[in-house]
Amino acid sequence: MEARLSAAWASVIAVGAGTAALKAVGPVVVGGRRLPPRLLELLSMLAPALLAALVIDEGFASGRSLVLDARVAGLAAGAMAVVLRAPIWVVVVAGAGATALVRLLT
Amino acid sequence: MAAPLVPAAAALGASFGVLARTAHVGAVAAVVMSATTFAGSAQVAAVSVLGAGGGVAAAVVAALLLNARYAPIGISIAESFRGRFLRRLAEAQLVVDESWALARGGTAAFDRGVLLGAGVALWVGWTGGTAAGALLGGVIGDPKSFGLDGAFAALFLGLVGSQLRSRRAFAAAAGGALIAVALTPVTPPGIPILAATAAALAGWRRA
Repeated sequence: MEARLSAAWASVIAVGAGTAALKAVGPVVVGGRRLPPRLLELLSMLAPALLAALVIDEGFASGRSLVLDARVAGLAAGAMAVVLRAPIWVVVVAGAGATALVRLLT
Repeated sequence: MAAPLVPAAAALGASFGVLARTAHVGAVAAVVMSATTFAGSAQVAAVSVLGAGGGVAAAVVAALLLNARYAPIGISIAESFRGRFLRRLAEAQLVVDESWALARGGTAAFDRGVLLGAGVALWVGWTGGTAAGALLGGVIGDPKSFGLDGAFAALFLGLVGSQLRSRRAFAAAAGGALIAVALTPVTPPGIPILAATAAALAGWRRA
């Protein structure tokens, strides 16, 4: 128990410090300075690239496998809300509702 | 704008708290982790590794791989952070996928006010939820039965949708998705999302 507890705290401290440093790289090191327009243009494409990868990760990944489960219904409902130009919270609620419903029924 | 995300963040935080409890990570450690690390997937990964009997090094590496994306994300928005060192350091901690994506949302310009507002709201929900989950444990049901995982998948889908304003953005999104699909089965968690940043290069040379 003693060892487990200190392993937990060691992880909390190391992960916390490492994450704080990763998050700070841009705002602290580059902070406020103007980046070259070409580079900014490139960095603005990070959003669609990363968000699409997050959709795959949140919607289909289960550990190291890709699976089709109730989350697909959530994505479908969310996509429908997006197409209907619903506000983002409607997209989120539709995703949760459809996922929960399919999970309840299956 | 972020208000509807707070209950979702709290519910996810609660599921992290429950997970920490089953992994024998104490409630205080779990709450401190949520308050300081403030990055859901990395925390879940670290605690899962500990719970499965993995060592501290494995837990830390897994979590930091998942969070490596915050370096390029931070650089992409660095211009909007001003003021003294400590202020920038503190504000940078409010960057999470959701706050960053919302702040990039409607317009081409990055909105630092939205980032900070959404960041604080999500932080309160996440940390409070963790405390509830870690202390109350099984009293709250399995968050999956509320479809929370599907909610966040839909959230990211909606946020992608708001980004698709040019052919290049389409190419970047398609590339990011393809990289994630290709790498998920063959690399440790975190790598697919980090590698997907390379898709930002799609169409860059053609420009």
